[in-house]
Amino acid sequence: MATPNDLQFQEFEEAADLLSADPGAPTLSMSASNDPTTTAGAPAAGEDVKLDLSEDEAAQEESSELLGGQKSAGGFWTFEYYQSLFNVDTVQVLDRVKGSLMPLPGRNFVKHYLRNNPDLYAGPFWICVTLVFSVAISGNLSTFLSSLGDPSYHYRPQFHRVTIAAVVIFLYAWLVPIGLWAFLTWRQGAERQVGGYSFLETVCVYGYSLFIYIPTSILWIISYEWLRWTLIVVAMVISGSVLVLTFWPVVRDDTRVTAVATVVTIVVLHTLLAIGCKLYFFQTAEHTPPATTKAPPIHPTPGGAY
Amino acid sequence: MASVEEASRPFAGLSDVSISEEIPVEGDIAVPVGPSTRDDEFSTLDEPVKETIVRDLRAVGNKFIHVLYPKRSSALLRDWDLWGPLLLCVTLALLLQGGAADKDDQGGPQFAEVFVIIWFGSIVITLNSKLLGGTISFFQSLCVLGYCIMPLTVALIVCRIVLLSSSGKVSFAVRLGVVTASFGWSTFASTAFLADSHLTNRKALVVYPVFLFYFVIGWMILTFSSGN
Repeated sequence: MATPNDLQFQEFEEAADLLSADPGAPTLSMSASNDPTTTAGAPAAGEDVKLDLSEDEAAQEESSELLGGQKSAGGFWTFEYYQSLFNVDTVQVLDRVKGSLMPLPGRNFVKHYLRNNPDLYAGPFWICVTLVFSVAISGNLSTFLSSLGDPSYHYRPQFHRVTIAAVVIFLYAWLVPIGLWAFLTWRQGAERQVGGYSFLETVCVYGYSLFIYIPTSILWIISYEWLRWTLIVVAMVISGSVLVLTFWPVVRDDTRVTAVATVVTIVVLHTLLAIGCKLYFFQTAEHTPPATTKAPPIHPTPGGAY
Repeated sequence: MASVEEASRPFAGLSDVSISEEIPVEGDIAVPVGPSTRDDEFSTLDEPVKETIVRDLRAVGNKFIHVLYPKRSSALLRDWDLWGPLLLCVTLALLLQGGAADKDDQGGPQFAEVFVIIWFGSIVITLNSKLLGGTISFFQSLCVLGYCIMPLTVALIVCRIVLLSSSGKVSFAVRLGVVTASFGWSTFASTAFLADSHLTNRKALVVYPVFLFYFVIGWMILTFSSGN
């Protein structure tokens, strides 16, 4: 059995204070005598072992931070692995969405918001789904509204646009992060975990950065060209800066040319997505193809010959 | 007994514990065998087909009534079946055909598209709620989501009837009102069944996909325009 002196904790001041406040309080004692009168300057020869929970909590926080890197509970073929990827609460998701809307130069999205807990829920998946439907529905509404005065126009739901939007947006939200992550990992070389982001974190950042386009696409229904171009510039600036702020610390250590080229590629791809969506889904009345399907559109669009 | 004087010495009495012969041990371990007629209750092979069909139809109809008046009952969850969702999905997809927009590409959803959206959407929502830690099982959730499409199907029937009479602004306003009301009803009914199986701080994360799902179906119904 250990002697009392071996079991001293650092928080004896607290124990002494508690004892002086209530000398008759029962304490867990390992020695025969239970003498609370030595409260003054007692710490060095303390005979009372006071279980202090605060140190336990500190120890638990430390260990959970150490374990923070291990997100997966099992192989990727088990259900629990994916369950660990969905381990977020409503408040966390809302927090991350707000962070994607307001990028500040000091805050790296991954470090500040994700904190080793990337989620497959909101970012990569449901934001993309919402964006697909909002772009398709808003495009449909804007086409309808811009042809209100046209008597020969018959309303069409244009449901095939949902399929096209889904393909384009999901490809962008998944293939570009894969490519970027592969490129960054290859450039990192030997230094694996230092500064590099895991694949899931990259996908997550891209998914959350697309969130700004949802209200933008809804506001695009208002058919003033200058307003649309202003909105698209604002959205691109915000969402592009989220991406740039996230990836700049990683590529900064590389050669100048590679770093700049990587960042420029990220921005250019993002711009292409935004402008492509605008041109295809939100065609103004004079450019809308006539009612027959055989006539090709006036402007070549990324979506092909629709 | 010996336990009284041994209270002052804890655990000392365990060294010589034994079952005294004065304590009678008795009981009955005979397993009651049920009456032989119980076998007949679970074997439905011998009953007439009409009875089987009527029983299933009655179960489906019972669930429809539960959707119409959504209380927190567990009837939908306990005896799930997928006949109702299939019936509703096929009805919805069939009724969405035959619009003016059906003749060319720029039209409404094809039959396959409606089917895929409803079933694939339900599966995705179910997976989502299970991954978030929900306790509801896979098919129960599919069952609830499918049955709660019923108000939207009723709205589609009403819309088609309204479109038969006129297709101007008044009919659009009426259709908008009907579809919005039924969309709200569907979402409310399904969350009443699904919500209590989830953690409280993730409730919004679970309800949002359901909301999106019924919103998309509502939009498909609202944009349906009849042929001219």
